[in-house]
Amino acid sequence: MSAALPARRSEDRTERAADGAAALLAIRDLRVTYRTEAGALHAVDGMDVDLAPGEFLGVVGESGSGKTQLLLAMLGLNAPGARIDGSIRYRGQELVGAGERVLRCLRGARIAMIFQDPMTALNPYLTIGTQLTEGVRHHQGASRAAARRRALELLDAVHIPEPERRFAQHPHELSGGMRQRIVIAMALICEPDILLADEPTTALDVTVQAQILALLRELRTRTRAAIVLVTHDLGVIAEVADRVLVMYAGRVVEQAGVQRLFEHARHPYTEGLRRSIVPLAGPLPARLPSIGGNPPNPAELPPGCPFAPRCAYAFERCPTAPPPLAPVAPGHLCACYYDGPRGRIR
Amino acid sequence: MNAAVLPRPARIAGQWRQSWERLCRHRPALVALALLGLVVLLALLVPLVSPYDYATPNWDELYQPPGGGHLLGTDGLGRDLLVRVMWGCRISLLVGIAASLVSVLIGVLWGATAGYAGGTTDSLMMRIVDILYSVPFIPLVIVLTVLFGRSFLLVFVAIGAVSWLDIARIVRGQTLSLKNREFIEAARALGLSNTTMIVRHIVPNLLGVVIIYATLTVPTVILFEAFLSFLGLGVHAPLASLGTLISDGANHMKSHPYLLTIPAVFLTLIVCSFSYLGDGLRDALDPREQR
Repeated sequence: MSAALPARRSEDRTERAADGAAALLAIRDLRVTYRTEAGALHAVDGMDVDLAPGEFLGVVGESGSGKTQLLLAMLGLNAPGARIDGSIRYRGQELVGAGERVLRCLRGARIAMIFQDPMTALNPYLTIGTQLTEGVRHHQGASRAAARRRALELLDAVHIPEPERRFAQHPHELSGGMRQRIVIAMALICEPDILLADEPTTALDVTVQAQILALLRELRTRTRAAIVLVTHDLGVIAEVADRVLVMYAGRVVEQAGVQRLFEHARHPYTEGLRRSIVPLAGPLPARLPSIGGNPPNPAELPPGCPFAPRCAYAFERCPTAPPPLAPVAPGHLCACYYDGPRGRIR
Repeated sequence: MNAAVLPRPARIAGQWRQSWERLCRHRPALVALALLGLVVLLALLVPLVSPYDYATPNWDELYQPPGGGHLLGTDGLGRDLLVRVMWGCRISLLVGIAASLVSVLIGVLWGATAGYAGGTTDSLMMRIVDILYSVPFIPLVIVLTVLFGRSFLLVFVAIGAVSWLDIARIVRGQTLSLKNREFIEAARALGLSNTTMIVRHIVPNLLGVVIIYATLTVPTVILFEAFLSFLGLGVHAPLASLGTLISDGANHMKSHPYLLTIPAVFLTLIVCSFSYLGDGLRDALDPREQR
């Protein structure tokens, strides 16, 4: 059994997934473009992502880097007016341009999503039970009793005390952490293959954050779902992910196993993110290092590397053409002209 | 095992009971409900037990003041005012409630669908509303009368045809802002169909606005019916609604003020009760409201 499941934290996952056959989800050259008065806005600008069954993929990037748009594209839920190009294949089935009916069958059933803010992600008028069971009843036609049994099991799995009582309550009667557990249970109820989590801990306070992360880590081993966790917090990724994708201005700038990324970050942007994590041990720096400047306007991307204007290592080649995402080590891809160890500058 | 299966229906009842308990804590609403109940009861019973009927003139007892043989007096044709007012309550309540229900139902579904669908569907549906808005109402009713003959049903149709337009617009606006709320997106990510989305997730969240609006519509419709009757397009003599009774009474305001005040008191009672009841209902049906 365990041999059939992909080994966790293997550095060569990227390579194995790259042939596409093993991938549960294969995204190729995905572009999400919005037409605005300021011109075409490239929210996602040519991304390749592969997701293996059971994998825990972390996606990091700052606000506006296209993380959420990437997730929404997988569900076909981008705002109206979005243009989606490229290909998203789920078990070989093309999702880009697929009809609403096809997508609706996948949403919630095969690909489920956990939303950022549990305070607003639940309908205030419906009981927890109604919302929790909606998915199974809709997709699997489960009877009321069966759906209820399943929901109570899940409430137990996400460690909600007194599930029977919670089942009949309304969202406002629960705390933020509790609601986020409900939202997670809701996403899991149809046993999806892919669980998309959009900053599931951002709206929670720190102690609750830690609990939710612990829950996600636990669920990873208990369910067979692949998890895509999107966050701006590299610290969160370090806790749970197998593999990390660093996004900047709608592109992948670096991709590696989590350990590799933390020990041998190659992209100057990743390095900047890593340095801005608050150290848990040791003396606190007087001022936490930050990355100077602002992310580029997605409507006016520079012709070269989008990070070049903020990059300490930028040289004359950087603003000319965007650097391709190229392997720098097994399972480690980086989109940067600067070649650290063989060093131009460092 | 049984214990795990049984509580389910009890819980659903529990939800309604909670609402009922919240309504009971809302004193004005409770009083309003009691008054409305009383008026309905009287309107149903009085014409049955009274020896008089609403139509037959009695030339010996013109303009009898309240008290005596006729509890509320008689009108210019010697007809018992109590019976006539109770018949008026019957008609006005029926028109008010039925027309409001119809217009709320159409308006909510129309507005929610337009707002949720957005884009071309939305524009198309709202242009239809605009066009109906611009149709001159009185000529429309006259045309309908000519086509279908004078019937009581026509009053419903005519009033319903106009009053749902307002609700549709309000509901559409609310839906537009609801649509961007995260829980709606979360529900979409569950893969629910559009119909389920509207009925399960949009409409319950409109409840507050809709109930307030519905309770405002009931009195409007009652007054509207009075206006139509005044023009001779609604209820016709000898049958009376509260509206026609009031307009008749207004003619004798100086000489026989009770002909005006008595139906007016009943109308006010009904109208006020509805608005207090609506207030209480809105609070009672909102699960977030907890006192």
